[in-house]
Amino acid sequence: MSEFLVGHYFYWFVFLLMAIGLYGIVLKRNLIKKVIGMSIFQVAIILFFVASASKWGATVPVLDPKLGAADTAKYINPLPHCLMLTAIVVGVATSGVAFALIISIWRRFKTLDESELLEKMKHDPD
Amino acid sequence: MKVVSYLILAAFCGLLIYASTGFPNRGDARAVYNRPASQAGTPNAPTHYIQKSKEEMNTDNMVTTILADYRGYDTLGEETVILTAGLICFLLLRKEKEKNRHDSK
Amino acid sequence: MTQNEDDPIITLISSIVAPFIMLFGLYVIFHGHYSPGGGFQGGTLLAAGIILLRLALGSELGKKQFPSRLGTPLGSLGVLIYYGTGLAALLLGGTFLNYAFIPFTRLASHNRYWGILSIEFGVGLAVMAVLVAIYDDLLEGEPRV
Repeated sequence: MSEFLVGHYFYWFVFLLMAIGLYGIVLKRNLIKKVIGMSIFQVAIILFFVASASKWGATVPVLDPKLGAADTAKYINPLPHCLMLTAIVVGVATSGVAFALIISIWRRFKTLDESELLEKMKHDPD
Repeated sequence: MKVVSYLILAAFCGLLIYASTGFPNRGDARAVYNRPASQAGTPNAPTHYIQKSKEEMNTDNMVTTILADYRGYDTLGEETVILTAGLICFLLLRKEKEKNRHDSK
Repeated sequence: MTQNEDDPIITLISSIVAPFIMLFGLYVIFHGHYSPGGGFQGGTLLAAGIILLRLALGSELGKKQFPSRLGTPLGSLGVLIYYGTGLAALLLGGTFLNYAFIPFTRLASHNRYWGILSIEFGVGLAVMAVLVAIYDDLLEGEPRV
């Protein structure tokens, strides 16, 4: 039972972060708060992958001349780290484009609230 | 309406926690993605990257060789994504300045 | 950004610290082979050094080192360096993005070493230029002080 808890408590923290991000996207009315929720969700996914790649008693995936390269149980799995580097940079680019779109919406409609925005778009289509 | 949203969020969280009981322990060296060989006996991809990184590329850091040479095609697509994001911000926001100047004339 | 008075502490400390941040970013790019680092990490550090100067010194002084019109051309140059290395491998007799065929040295593994270094340089340049360009575009319509 304690081995189950020690091995699985990390997944529950990541799912709590995912639920907080999803709450921000769905249930908040300001557009900037929705973008913040999306960013929290992305960070939770990256944390899940990077921490699943660890091994007990292993070191960073940089070759140590004392350990050699033959024993693969001494180095942690390097493949999810590489994939998550790509995911982090894509997240930054997505946030930049989202903020540029928010600035364009502010210049056109002068409001950032979701329900007011839908009313204005219905009455004044452009 | 808001109560239904909160209930659906709680159901999503409960479903994820129920699914997490089937995961292997974190850090287990005998998990399926951490084993040295796959179930058919063929070598696993991270095993090849760890063992052959120094002799094929003369490089100590395994993450850099995966990012730049073994999976270099994905890094090429990702750099195109970064450039596209920069061009989108340029096109969306710099045109406003010229339009404001034309309107005020 | 808009600045109403000159604060001497912020001006002095950020002008002293910013060159060290940029030097460390360059170190992280070129030591991607021997320690954790590489193109993306070093490019982000270089962009952080440039944006610090823009935040602390105002719109006029902060753009003297890296003017605002250099953003997108440098980003395209970085992507061109990456594609150019792959195309050079294709034109010199091998397949696309196979760095063993570019004749830097005589051994195939050393050719891959230098190929990885040149594409990391291109990636660092592109990431730095695009991050600074996004920051400049988001602050485009601000009234100047």
